[in-house]
Amino acid sequence: MNLREQYVAFQTILRKEIKRYLRIWTQTLLPSAITMSLYFVIFGSLIGSRIGEMGGFTYMQFVVPGLIMMAIVTNSYSNVVSSFFGSKFSHSVEELLVSPVSNVVILMGYVVGGVTRGLLVAIVVTLVSLFFTHLHIHSYFVVVAVVLLTSTLFALAGFINAVFANSFDDISIIPTFVLTPLIYLGGVFYSMDLLPEFWANVSKLNPLVYVVNAFRYGVLGVSDVSLPVAFGMIIVFTAIAFAYSMHLLNSGKRLRQ
Amino acid sequence: MFSNAASPFAMIPALTIENLSKVYDNGFEALKGISLTVEQGDFFALLGPNGAGKSTTIGIICSLVAKSGGKVSVFDVDIDQDFPAAKRHIGIVPQEFNFNQFEKALDIVVNQAGYYGLAPKIARTRAEKYLRELGLWDQRDVPARMLSGGMKRRLMIARSLVHEPRLLILDEPSAGVDIEMRRSMWEFLKRINAQGTTIILTTHYLEEAEALCRHIAIINHGVIVENTSIKMLLRQLSREVFILDCVEDLPETIEIDGFIARRVDDHTLEVEVHKGQHLNQVFATLGAQQIHVNSMRNRANRLEEMFVNLVEGAA
Repeated sequence: MNLREQYVAFQTILRKEIKRYLRIWTQTLLPSAITMSLYFVIFGSLIGSRIGEMGGFTYMQFVVPGLIMMAIVTNSYSNVVSSFFGSKFSHSVEELLVSPVSNVVILMGYVVGGVTRGLLVAIVVTLVSLFFTHLHIHSYFVVVAVVLLTSTLFALAGFINAVFANSFDDISIIPTFVLTPLIYLGGVFYSMDLLPEFWANVSKLNPLVYVVNAFRYGVLGVSDVSLPVAFGMIIVFTAIAFAYSMHLLNSGKRLRQ
Repeated sequence: MFSNAASPFAMIPALTIENLSKVYDNGFEALKGISLTVEQGDFFALLGPNGAGKSTTIGIICSLVAKSGGKVSVFDVDIDQDFPAAKRHIGIVPQEFNFNQFEKALDIVVNQAGYYGLAPKIARTRAEKYLRELGLWDQRDVPARMLSGGMKRRLMIARSLVHEPRLLILDEPSAGVDIEMRRSMWEFLKRINAQGTTIILTTHYLEEAEALCRHIAIINHGVIVENTSIKMLLRQLSREVFILDCVEDLPETIEIDGFIARRVDDHTLEVEVHKGQHLNQVFATLGAQQIHVNSMRNRANRLEEMFVNLVEGAA
């Protein structure tokens, strides 16, 4: 296939992905808006008003970037894991496997589909947050770069999960037992300064710490970790996830017999 | 669809398989070095009992199964050298429904065209063409799960043709399809074959292979046990059993020189005819006894009998 044909194939996969999550928007877009609204009300307004300042900002302002990032991470991940596993489960993935479309196009189609859902939910959550607080963006470049890199990273992670999953249980185990704890322990609700030195060092092994803090820097201009280190870690994790996803597709493991 | 006469592929076989082998991870040897050639424009049947290796062979040709050894070429394109180019020539209709049941029929076909790089406008035109030809245009906006079994089967045929492949492979196309639908599908397949598309099908309906196909390969335990034309295969039959419906009452015992004849009931006679024998002698004997034959039919499908003999012989 020439480049133009590969681009058509990419557009087809992407369009299909977007149509899928828009068709079931009550399952894909609405829950995040409702959940995040509850977080804003409970942690931001009710509890946050008694906590006072954190990192030099009101608690509501402090948690908003983390909550937006939480929505991006969970949505980009769950979009790809559920869509690709669903196509494996129904065998409709064979439509792609028998076609001449290249593996990198298949991967990018699903990943960009997950990224668009992450972005859409981020916009919805950001709009909701404006009812509770005033947002001033410190660096648009950092915000956009972190959002794109993070949603790509977790869309790739969702793809890897989908390839290994054998049942619908397998696609909920990682989000429930790995992703959610990492997000909660990734500094969404607190500053690393509050942790004892030992746990602060342990937290540095958590990739979500870099994601949340880099995004918080973009929005508020403050971060518990160095921005170049945060970007470096996100890029390295993304590169590893991309390389491993391509390896899975090229080898045909769990996709071809 | 393509015309062979003007095609640059005129002299090239549609499919060449050499020493193809497959050993699954659990150690099961599904294919033991089979070789096969399907000429362009042929209507080819791949027959075999369950687990014989038919679906494994098809899976390897269309990249859903990784081969353990051997070589496969589609229109002279080696799948190890340039699988994407080989895939462009192939349309596949699998045995199981493998589309997203929640998608609309039209979207399924249009998306498949997109995976082959066809621009949206062409994709939609082609999708309309094949959905119309297969009687599904009125159902184009219906989610696939709402279609009947026969419609789903035809939807997969439309999807497989949207990029206009030169080689169409159908795995058990008549499974779950009623007789009327099966006949109309046969007519459609005959038509696209006449237009130049090479067709390979696997089937359990031997009548289907006899009605549609010119060549046949029988596979059993991962080995090709027969590969010939349908005509040649039927010529190998050493005996046939005919059932004669007679007008007059048959006597309790009836003897026809050189034949084994058995009275089934008052008006039905079963006669075994071996190679080299002629039915005229049967009619002459019955005529001499003032018994007239109203109609006659084969007791069993001739191909089925041959198939059982070959498979049992190879076991």
